[in-house]
Amino acid sequence: MRFAFTDDQLAFADAVRELLADQCDAARVRAAWDGDGRVPGLWDRLAEMGVLGMLAPEGTGGLGMADVDLVAILAEGGRAAIPDPLAATAAVAVPTIRDHAQSDDAERWLAEISAGTARVGVGLSGNVGVLHAADAAIFLLEADDGLHLVDADVVELQPLDSVDGARRLSAVTWTPSAATRLPSAELAASQARDRAAVATAAELCGLADTMLAMTVAYVSERRQFGVPIGSFQAVKHQLADALVELEFAKPLVWRAALSRSTGDPSASMHASMAKAAASDAAHTVGLAALQCHGAIGYTVECDLHLWLKRSWALRAQDGDAAAHRRLVEAALLG
Amino acid sequence: MRRLHAYLTGRQNLRVDLTWTPEQDAFRDECRTWLQRNVPSEPLPSGDTREGFARHLDWERQLFADRWAVVSWPEAYGGRDASLWEWLIFEEEYYRAGAPQRVTQNGIFLLAPTIFEFGTRTQQDYYLPRMAAAEDLWCQGWSEPNAGSDLASLTSKAVRDEAAGGWRLSGQKTWTTRGAFCTHLFGLFRTDPDSVRHHGLTYFMVPLETEGVTVRGFGRLDGDEGFAEVFFDEAFVSDDLILGAVGSGWSVAMATTSSERGLTLRSPGRFQATAARLVRLVRDRGLDTADPSTREAIVRAWMAAEAYSLYTLADVSGMVEGRSPGFRSSLNKIFWSELDVDLHTAALAVLGGEGELETIGGTENPWLKGYQFSLSGPIYAGTNEIQRNIIAERVLGLPRK
Ligand SMILES: Cc1cc2nc3c(=O)[nH]c(=O)nc-3n(C[C@H](O)[C@H](O)[C@H](O)COP(=O)(O)OP(=O)(O)OC[C@H]3O[C@@H](n4cnc5c(N)ncnc54)[C@H](O)[C@@H]3O)c2cc1C
Repeated sequence: MRFAFTDDQLAFADAVRELLADQCDAARVRAAWDGDGRVPGLWDRLAEMGVLGMLAPEGTGGLGMADVDLVAILAEGGRAAIPDPLAATAAVAVPTIRDHAQSDDAERWLAEISAGTARVGVGLSGNVGVLHAADAAIFLLEADDGLHLVDADVVELQPLDSVDGARRLSAVTWTPSAATRLPSAELAASQARDRAAVATAAELCGLADTMLAMTVAYVSERRQFGVPIGSFQAVKHQLADALVELEFAKPLVWRAALSRSTGDPSASMHASMAKAAASDAAHTVGLAALQCHGAIGYTVECDLHLWLKRSWALRAQDGDAAAHRRLVEAALLG
Repeated sequence: MRRLHAYLTGRQNLRVDLTWTPEQDAFRDECRTWLQRNVPSEPLPSGDTREGFARHLDWERQLFADRWAVVSWPEAYGGRDASLWEWLIFEEEYYRAGAPQRVTQNGIFLLAPTIFEFGTRTQQDYYLPRMAAAEDLWCQGWSEPNAGSDLASLTSKAVRDEAAGGWRLSGQKTWTTRGAFCTHLFGLFRTDPDSVRHHGLTYFMVPLETEGVTVRGFGRLDGDEGFAEVFFDEAFVSDDLILGAVGSGWSVAMATTSSERGLTLRSPGRFQATAARLVRLVRDRGLDTADPSTREAIVRAWMAAEAYSLYTLADVSGMVEGRSPGFRSSLNKIFWSELDVDLHTAALAVLGGEGELETIGGTENPWLKGYQFSLSGPIYAGTNEIQRNIIAERVLGLPRK
């Protein structure tokens, strides 16, 4: 029994945190709104470090690691509000192709995705669009009969505008066929959905960490009535409650990643618990953050909105809290 | 750009691991077997009534006789030298088995850690075994009529009696849990008349039979005589009844209160057992009898019990490796107390109109009592508003008033 990240996992997360603090600061996230929804050069850095291929086998240029090794890094992505599709690529596409694609192409795709030379789009059921579909060479797309691996040249894209201007989303249309369908397509789809839920939950925790930290910094500086507004109890208690909710969501998220790594039979239920708790916590934190900022928080000049809008999108993505609670309910109460 | 591999620390012995070792599983089996054989088949009457308290003492002595009263203590004091992990396992099994409430908890879980930390060897050797054996029964005397959340404003005093080699206590404590049934009280008294706030306080351990001490029990919300007020009228206590140094009572007391907020008083097994009973309750009564919003409330509360358990495992992992939760124990206090209210609120919703009944189908309705008790969680052990102040100032670092 030891429910804490290993020194290696923490060292990886710290390394990514440093990279993102340096290369993906708020100004660059903001710039991604006007640009192509990516931070220039960042993808290559993440590939070089091995982050994209962390879960790919070593033979395909990966690090051969497990979901639980990656989850703290995904939270770092959230902390930085990274606009690039880190979670969908590293935490969903790579292990799905690794476990479920059996064609000779699979190894090549893993190698190229890990190296950052090929990009992958992930379209799971329930989500409105695919992130960064325009520059994807290959897609994992879910149909009624499970998950398909689909070449870019047979899909049609319809760009969608998200409230989060850094999110480049497209609706993807295509025709499922036996040729595109993965061998165990249904299992692949359900595992991919679980992985996506956990990855997004981890990102939400990171987003919420930053929103809370921004707010603590702001209310410690901003003065009204001659004192910092952070000395008012109404402000303190909102932020304390937000922290409680967030800190008790995190262990559910870490556990869900562990359960996936160890093949725990309850892994799917754990994923739902993680996503429900993280979505709710990000909601609570986001509301408190906005309220405690006052009108400055209600502007596009203030960086808060970059994180807030991402959190709105991610709360709904991969199943919202209500949907996941219903899944837990079905497992628990039958 | 360095590959992540370059960051490997070489410390590979540590893993994230939510499984127990074979030794820990064996310990669990031992707990479970003993509890199965010994837990009374009929629930005991409430330990917050005079009759129920006596019945609970029999149980406590049975626990002690088989060395289950204080598993984490050294064997010399009646324990098993159990690790923090084993203690968690014991607690899980204890609550899963539906074993009786621990009427000795204020001694064993709150005073004892403080005696281990601050007591002299003589005090440890004398008090700890008697506490474990439920010979001395301890209540805590912090609150006073005019000093609740603002404990540092307390006015009960201790006046030096040099000739007699001790102190004379005067004043009043109140809300003292099970004070009318206990034999001893620990609490703070002002030894320096010129001091203010948390200076000049001293931590005393007082036999309630001392001349000049009067105890009056009174009813709590649930009607049980679980509260008492304790009056001190120049009651004499000798120097050896002081825990820690004269004048340092505040910091000694803070050790006790942090035990109360955090792990030792409220282990996750307690809430997981309640959550499991809640799920059984709704299943037994038929899912279709529960409104969708009630079912959602059940799922939320059950998930919160899971979250509390996992959070605790993370906390204990840190403690085992020397990382103390410090002020973060205030997060636990808020979470477990609200969780307990939510669990019981959901159960009463399942019971619907029957929820108000003291007995259902001839047996006691445990949820009604549990609900009433859960409502005190956000008040005792430092109100949740006080915990929010602590979190805001000490964990988040917001400016103090
Ligand atoms: C079941 C139960 C068992 C107890 N057992 C014991 C015991 O064994 N020994 C013992 O000594 N005491 C015991 N207590 C008393 C408990 O410690 C006090 O109730 C608690 O410290 C609060 O004090 P108070 O009741 O005087 O409330 P007050 O301090 O008067 O508070 C009333 C309300 O005002 C709020 N408030 C007060 N100050 C602040 C502030 N600074 N900021 C924001 N809000 C504030 C509180 O949060 C609360 O909501 C017990 C209480 C209960 C309910």
